[in-house]
Amino acid sequence: MKHIRNFCIIAHIDHGKSTLADRLLEYTQTISKRDEKAQLLDDMDLERERGITIKSHAIQMNYELDGQKYVLNLIDTPGHVDFSYEVSRSIAACEGALLIVDASQGIQAQTISNLYLALEQDLEIIPVLNKMDLPGAMPEEVKDQIVELIGCKREEIIPASGKSGMGVFDILRAIVERVPAPEGDPRGELQALIFDSVFNSFRGIIAYFKVVNGEIRKNDKVKFIATGKEYGADEVGILKLNQEPRDVIKTGDVGYIISGIKEAREVKVGDTITHVDRPSTTAIQGFEEVKPMVFAGIYPVDTDEFEELRESMHKLQLNDASIVFEPESSAALGFGFRCGFLGMLHMEIIQERLEREFDMTVITTVPNVSYKAYTTKGDEIIVNNPSDLPDPNKLEFVEEPFIKASIITKSEFVGPVMSLCIQKRGVIINQSYLTADRVELTFELPMGEIVFDFYDRLKTISKGYASFDYHQTGYKQSDLVRLDIRLNGEPVDALSSLIHRSNSYEFGKKICEKLRELIPRQQFEIIIQASIGAKIIARESVRALRKDVTAKCYGGDISRKRKLLEKQKKGKKRMRSVGNVEIPQSAFMAVLKLD
Amino acid sequence: MAGIYIHIPFCKKACHYCDFHFSTSLTYKAGMLDAIRKEIVLRKSYLRGEAVETIYLGGGTPSLLYAGELTQIIDTIGNTHTVSPTAEITIEANPDDLDPARVRALRATDVNRFSIGIQSFFEEDLRWMNRAHTAQEGEDALKRVLDAGFTNITTDLIYGFPQLSPEKWTANMEKTIGFGIPHISAYAMTVEPKTPLASFITRGKEAPMNDLQSARQFTELMNVLRSAGFEHYEISNFALPGKRSKHNSNYWNGVPYLGIGPSAHSYNGDSRQWNVANNAKYMSSIAEGAIPREIEVLTVSNRINEYLMTALRKIEGIDLDHVSAAFGTPYSRLIEADLRQFTGNNWIIKSGMRFTLTDEGKLFADHIASEIMVE
Repeated sequence: MKHIRNFCIIAHIDHGKSTLADRLLEYTQTISKRDEKAQLLDDMDLERERGITIKSHAIQMNYELDGQKYVLNLIDTPGHVDFSYEVSRSIAACEGALLIVDASQGIQAQTISNLYLALEQDLEIIPVLNKMDLPGAMPEEVKDQIVELIGCKREEIIPASGKSGMGVFDILRAIVERVPAPEGDPRGELQALIFDSVFNSFRGIIAYFKVVNGEIRKNDKVKFIATGKEYGADEVGILKLNQEPRDVIKTGDVGYIISGIKEAREVKVGDTITHVDRPSTTAIQGFEEVKPMVFAGIYPVDTDEFEELRESMHKLQLNDASIVFEPESSAALGFGFRCGFLGMLHMEIIQERLEREFDMTVITTVPNVSYKAYTTKGDEIIVNNPSDLPDPNKLEFVEEPFIKASIITKSEFVGPVMSLCIQKRGVIINQSYLTADRVELTFELPMGEIVFDFYDRLKTISKGYASFDYHQTGYKQSDLVRLDIRLNGEPVDALSSLIHRSNSYEFGKKICEKLRELIPRQQFEIIIQASIGAKIIARESVRALRKDVTAKCYGGDISRKRKLLEKQKKGKKRMRSVGNVEIPQSAFMAVLKLD
Repeated sequence: MAGIYIHIPFCKKACHYCDFHFSTSLTYKAGMLDAIRKEIVLRKSYLRGEAVETIYLGGGTPSLLYAGELTQIIDTIGNTHTVSPTAEITIEANPDDLDPARVRALRATDVNRFSIGIQSFFEEDLRWMNRAHTAQEGEDALKRVLDAGFTNITTDLIYGFPQLSPEKWTANMEKTIGFGIPHISAYAMTVEPKTPLASFITRGKEAPMNDLQSARQFTELMNVLRSAGFEHYEISNFALPGKRSKHNSNYWNGVPYLGIGPSAHSYNGDSRQWNVANNAKYMSSIAEGAIPREIEVLTVSNRINEYLMTALRKIEGIDLDHVSAAFGTPYSRLIEADLRQFTGNNWIIKSGMRFTLTDEGKLFADHIASEIMVE
């Protein structure tokens, strides 16, 4: 056990985590250069394209230093705000962390929030200054930031380059020398922390764990404490480039277990594995049920494809337990599902995976967070869909989730960022200068406000120089109203949203304007109204169809004209009708793109 | 039965609204006419021996040609095709070309129908359109052609552009009727992309067209011409009894036609094809004996949709018994279901299995056609 080192990497997106990780694998001869597909640890296509790690992974390296052999377990962490719980469990499985900072960009919000998670777990932090080869590198300045942030010595920071290989051996030495060996009782009752799981279509769910106490052997009867389920350990092993079966995984080490589990839902990140025969009475601390934060309706574009969509959602859930869904129906969109996601990025990923892996074309409705409504009778109702909000006369009050958001930006953008957050009903909690021109702003914000157009606007106003991270802080009472959209008097359920009263007029006006742009002219005038209850707060109209038929149609016109009209008909097939008004798909996401 | 269309790709001046293919340089006229005659020969089998009932010389401005040049073309057709002795032979003519000598010379050719581009009888409208003729020349031309003994004449009129007041529009119609012209093609001014007019509007130099004005003037057109005894036999075309355009009617009835010249379209029942819209490329390709064309083979649904689109515009309307017989009852049932909304709102009148546009429905013919198209 004293020759095991478990570590993870903390980095902001694009700061070169994956490239550097590949270098570690290469320098420890875990992989040959030949095996490398650029960025080996990210094996979903989507991840590679987006340059983010969606699902975390682990890999074991063997490394010899000064004549002593060591086992180094690298536990990779997902790199996006939506996955912070998963990050926290990966971190909990480690004793050390590489803090990778891009020498040309400096510290970003995400670096800091993950760093805090690591410090909470008492991890040994090894600061690494990456991308030293870039012409824009400002090592001294970024070193100042790091020293300021973690209180290390300047010389403890390792200059490196994932691209050139600079500093890789220094990093390996630091891992061995600075990261403490895991501690645990080899003879104690088994406690293994599940920090990740993957789905394999042949073998079912493979759970990744770290043995905290005791040991786990092949064919052991094990129990997952949080779910209470028991399984046989059909196979245990260590994680190299491929899974390598072993008879036993001992205290402090990292491994995998295959036990015939079919669905990802049964394996919960943060759960504790113990023995059925000699169980540990306690679970490893920190387990939480991951709860979806953002909800949206997903509907098949072609209403006949509802069953196919259900099938696809089930398959997605096999390897992504964090997505939840239940059937719902909408007058406008027919049958579909109300789906819960960890965040906006997660939602986009699911949408893309549905299209890419399952060839489904779907309409996603306006996302909302999960509200709590309290009725006059004292009942608490979870509202994941605006239409679930009780009638105003039965409603006592509503609570909405709040987040603590950390935004790091250049000092010149502090003004615009502040006004954005204040406009989004944010309250500033703290403002601290990391260096002379880099500021960390901490806000308390209603989470519902960031699901609309927060990210895009933050990026725009800061010219890309703002990073953002958040975690949920709890629920607070709030003056929320349901804003309905009516087309020719008919409410369109899929366009309703819950919104703070203070923003409702402005929002109602903008959404009506946007819909006027998106809804094509039809045989009659279309009145678009935004209303709160019976009160109309905004109105627009789409004029009736243009009268324009009297153009010529001779020998040379027939083909072109036919194609035009056929195309027009095709476009209409993708529209949905509410009452007698036809709405294009784009309208259902319109509120996300208000300027 | 078949038709032949000849595209003469030259004009004196470019009208601001026109998006037809033409050149204002006459340098290559002789070479072009050689190429056109050569193409007629090369494609003598296209119509599979069908009798040619109509010939249409369009453009461009075919009235730029000398009578001798026209005769050469018509003779080439006669030498390669079976031309019916009663064939309708139309020439598109601009008033400024129709001087007394030219009209006399045309009298000696086989041309028996004139399509005269009047557009408006008001000088300021003609200037705004950048037409080559004056208001006076327009009136003179009509008189001359009539005086020369031609009885089968159509004129083009344009409405729905901003400076055409209701009074001027009525005056244009009445003047045409007063001359005794038996056929009128009337078009709402349409802003085609890549025309000078489109660019003026984009740059704010001209006001965009107003569809309400167009609708009002179209309604006025129907009322005035119907009370003068004209049949509204196609959405843009009005004729006194017996004076419909045979050539254009054939387009709408799915009769095959051979299109000769750059940009000309042809149709043989199974496919449509069109020549390159470039004079130099056309001529060099024909010189090598190759037709510079693109082909589109029509699927069943394409053919049904073309029928629906053209039939809907005609006075006879859509005949679903014809659709059943030609394409099968499943299609006619689908179409009938889609038509129901329009019989419901009184845009279409149903009589047996025949569906015709009402006057209100004529304002939305494109929309309706699109709605009832099949896949």
